[in-house]
Amino acid sequence: MKQENNHFALFDLPVRFALDRDALERAYHQVQSQVHPDRFARASDTEKRVAMQWATRANEAFQTLKSPLKRAAYLCELHGADLEAHSNTAMPSAFLMQQMEWREALQEARSSGRSEPLLALENELKAMQKQFQRTLEQQLDQQADYVAAVNSVRQWMFVDKFAAEIDAVYAAIEN
Amino acid sequence: MALLQISEPGMSTAPHQHRLAVGIDLGTTNSLVATVRNSIPMVLPDAQGHALLPSIVRYAPEGKVQVGYAAQAVQAQDPKNTIVSVKRFMGRGVKDVAHIENTPYDFVDAGGLLQIKTLAGPKTPVEVSAEILKKLRAQAEASLGGELVGAVVTVPAYFDDAQRQATKDAARLAGLNVLRLLNEPTAAAIAYGLDHAAEGIYAVYDLGGGTFDISILKLTKGVFEVLATGGDSALGGDDFDQRVFCWIVEQAKLQPLSAQDMRLLLVKAREAKEYLSSHGEARIDARLGSNETVALVLSEETFTQIAQNLVNKTLAPVRKALRDAGLSVAEVKGVVMVGGATRMPQIQKAVGDLFGQTPLTNLDPDKVVALGAAIQANVLAGNRNADEDWLLLDVTPLSLGIETMGGLVEKIIPRNSTIPIARAQEFTTFKDGQTAMAIHVVQGERELVSDCRSLARFELRGIPPLAAGAARISVTYQVDADGLLSVTARETKTGVEAAITVKPSYGLSDAQITQMLQESFSTAAIDMQQRALRELQVDGERLLEATTNALQQDSDLLSADTLVQLQQQIAALRAVLTGDVAAEIKAAIEALAHGTEDFAALRMDRGIKKALAGKTLDEIS
Repeated sequence: MKQENNHFALFDLPVRFALDRDALERAYHQVQSQVHPDRFARASDTEKRVAMQWATRANEAFQTLKSPLKRAAYLCELHGADLEAHSNTAMPSAFLMQQMEWREALQEARSSGRSEPLLALENELKAMQKQFQRTLEQQLDQQADYVAAVNSVRQWMFVDKFAAEIDAVYAAIEN
Repeated sequence: MALLQISEPGMSTAPHQHRLAVGIDLGTTNSLVATVRNSIPMVLPDAQGHALLPSIVRYAPEGKVQVGYAAQAVQAQDPKNTIVSVKRFMGRGVKDVAHIENTPYDFVDAGGLLQIKTLAGPKTPVEVSAEILKKLRAQAEASLGGELVGAVVTVPAYFDDAQRQATKDAARLAGLNVLRLLNEPTAAAIAYGLDHAAEGIYAVYDLGGGTFDISILKLTKGVFEVLATGGDSALGGDDFDQRVFCWIVEQAKLQPLSAQDMRLLLVKAREAKEYLSSHGEARIDARLGSNETVALVLSEETFTQIAQNLVNKTLAPVRKALRDAGLSVAEVKGVVMVGGATRMPQIQKAVGDLFGQTPLTNLDPDKVVALGAAIQANVLAGNRNADEDWLLLDVTPLSLGIETMGGLVEKIIPRNSTIPIARAQEFTTFKDGQTAMAIHVVQGERELVSDCRSLARFELRGIPPLAAGAARISVTYQVDADGLLSVTARETKTGVEAAITVKPSYGLSDAQITQMLQESFSTAAIDMQQRALRELQVDGERLLEATTNALQQDSDLLSADTLVQLQQQIAALRAVLTGDVAAEIKAAIEALAHGTEDFAALRMDRGIKKALAGKTLDEIS
């Protein structure tokens, strides 16, 4: 595992899933206040380029660590657990059933043009995301079971994609 | 090591001098320039005391160019040579311009790029905008009494890459050193936030003459963080004028109009709209070229009715931006109104209804953007005070993608990503022995390439001939702090770096810009070569200053050998800098710049460590 150059090290944070968001944000602002291109507007072209690279890196690290899903995926990657591995494609049937129900509900909302059912769906989604977060904290921080964590992450990605579809339906209804 | 005495052209050699920097709001209807004097941001008026410069350029007979009020006064007599609202054409092709039939110009379609036929020949929107910027630059230099170090030029947050690049090109053509392209609503947020010590979530609703932006920002102590932005870069006060114009034509049952009459009635429409912001009804009287007369009364109710769907068109992006930011209206602490068009009472009412609070209108909607840009310019130029230690984090407004098989778009950088940002994506060849690959860069949210904006087409050549699917082409998108995109591509498997050629779909190439610069100087007194030499000298001075400052702070990071080498390179540059051999200066600059590469990275690393030191780990839950 690359201890030196990982996103946690950049912000001087411990490598783990549980995170103090305020501490992350503070560290991010502190790093950006050192490296942001605005600090180098009159510097040499070399310094400008280095500043852009570092600020780019700080943004990437912050966006990855801020999102619990991306953070979990990143931790799996850091510990050598491959998210893309095909052996992990199987998902629990109960999970898949629920996904199908949700998609049907979304279809109905889309065709009815009403946004109220979307609210209920969103609430269910939020509850599930909280559940994922608790599970992953267990799997990553307590059990260090990265294979199990990869499966949770993949399910969460599924749910996350669905959240984006809800947004698209919201937008369609409003227009 | 002694501190270098640097002298900027036209300025004193005091070591901690105030550097002249301005903020420029290059607006659709009006433009203005502002600066910070004695810590107070202020607009710099022209010699007659006008704060606003109408964004109107006239190409008059005998090669004369009129800008501002002089051009405005004759716009109805000479509509074809008098360009108004040129901002709407920036970075656009002829096909993109809405209501093109209602403009009096003769357009030329120069290979996708739009030009306007004038007495002085075909003019690109970049050249027309450069005339406005030149005028503002002269105005600023006259009132500040010196040459500008640089300028922050504002752009609508929703401007795409082609529109941003066009704006930067125009500034370059006007001889301005662009310190930063700054998003207009963000500029307004800086001016408002610093003035009111605001903290929390704020929305900036910015309806200008030709563009609409909505930005959602989080203001915390010393940090302006844009969470999401949205808008419509072809919607503004001009469209309200168009609605009134169409209403006049319909009510007065007018025949097809001459270019002069069209301009006359558009002016009348605008006046009526502005009058209605503080009156119940407006009279519209005009005598046309045919001696026909128009005499109408437009009531507030009728105006509200004919403009209603324009108002609604601004509300959808507001809701979208809030959703992108993951926020509800209840979480928004204040709504800042920017842009002259927000004076319309129906806009204020619609925005107030949506957010459930009275919008903040206690700042001048015409000036706040320029003032914010001036504050930013002051800081970027190095005039920062210790108490001005704030940080600005902005986002890219539109997703950036690449064309894939079947005319589909694969997104590489999603909208509302904090800039600067870089993302790489891997592609492969689909034919055996394929040695070249076409890369089409697009911007927009839709899935089909044909529904997105084409930014550039690249050709990657020199791919080693391999079996289909064996080559690995890594395409990297980098968006810089100006929101401008650059794309690089290389074959990673064999390590072969291949050159790429850029063909901007709507922009000017570097060669075209250089040619325009040359043309503009062949008529002016300054020799092009001399100018290039001067630019090199300024660059060299800047590099010397930056390097000596860096050495003063952090020379302990360097080995003795490297330090000696850098000092030699500094001495070498200093030796040739005041001479007139451009090639020598250039070589010395390049040598020193190359020599400082590792030093810059080491310094950055130290800066971060220093910033994070003192933060304890037990703060983490």
